[in-house]
Amino acid sequence: MSSYTYDYVDGNAAAGELSRIFATDVTAAEGQCAHCGAIKRFAEAHLYMDGPGVVARCAVCENVLLRLANVRQGVFLDMRGITYLKLDTSQSLDSSGYPEFQRTKGI
Amino acid sequence: MWRVGTVVALHDETASARTVRLEVPDWPGHLAGQHVDVRLTASDGYSAVRSYSIASAPNSKGRVELTVERLSNGEVSPYLTQELAAGDRLELRGPIGGWFVWRAEQNEPIQLIAGGSGIVPLMAMIRSRISEGGTAPFRLLYSVREPGAVFYRDELQALSNKDNSVTATYAYTRATPKDWPRPPGRIDAALITSATWPSNLGPTCYVCGPTSFVERVAGFLASQGNSPDKIRTERFGPTGDRK
Repeated sequence: MSSYTYDYVDGNAAAGELSRIFATDVTAAEGQCAHCGAIKRFAEAHLYMDGPGVVARCAVCENVLLRLANVRQGVFLDMRGITYLKLDTSQSLDSSGYPEFQRTKGI
Repeated sequence: MWRVGTVVALHDETASARTVRLEVPDWPGHLAGQHVDVRLTASDGYSAVRSYSIASAPNSKGRVELTVERLSNGEVSPYLTQELAAGDRLELRGPIGGWFVWRAEQNEPIQLIAGGSGIVPLMAMIRSRISEGGTAPFRLLYSVREPGAVFYRDELQALSNKDNSVTATYAYTRATPKDWPRPPGRIDAALITSATWPSNLGPTCYVCGPTSFVERVAGFLASQGNSPDKIRTERFGPTGDRK
């Protein structure tokens, strides 16, 4: 499978799977590619979901940022392609574990 | 963490797309542009999960509307658009995604560009803009195959007649209405120039559609001087199958 065909979607699409693991939304987080150093939102990564897991690649250099695979009752998560993630923890969690966004007008 | 929503209404948008209105008692609220994952489970335990954008504006009533386009080779969309009935229950995960969202406190010009069913999350933004008031001027550029494939046609028409807060431009790719000034064709650089906000106004652009559509449009926007961090995209793959 060539990474130059349009077989990917945006990092946004991994939000559901990642919400099983992380308490805050990873897709809006800023992260740095360990290969080229580009700093972008995870939502901007190229996401490949056709295989048995999820692979996110850097939108700039196509290096693998993250791999996630569900195996029986467990999840393998490989994030060696991301130097850091800057997560917004100001989104408080509601009782069910989902971010409760501030929607007050004017803020 | 899966929630259960009950189907309370169904509405056909086009011959192949249906809006499903759900009531979700413990819904925590959402932002315009977010999506949900829908899980269907067969009696033998086999399950399939697909992502669908939320079409309804944020509200406090636990009401969530999804507009689903039927894909002939789809595994989930034929069920949602043909077999689902009022009173049925669906498993939902979400709302999810915190990047491709519009918040009512944003007051910069907003440029929405939709390819086909990519209109759905953008419609949530338009509805949010209308229901929350606010001052952000919206423009929508909607690329669609033919007049009969336009989602939310009457609602968009009513909005553009009402005031200038939301201005819609249509680009028909296969067949146009009678006497339409532009021949059928894809969005090109000239149309981006004439129908979208000039980049010097600093608009935030939201582009949603099939991956190849988003690639092209985001390229045009960047080449016209829009900063890459003001171009937010949501691609849903080569065929329009969101999975």
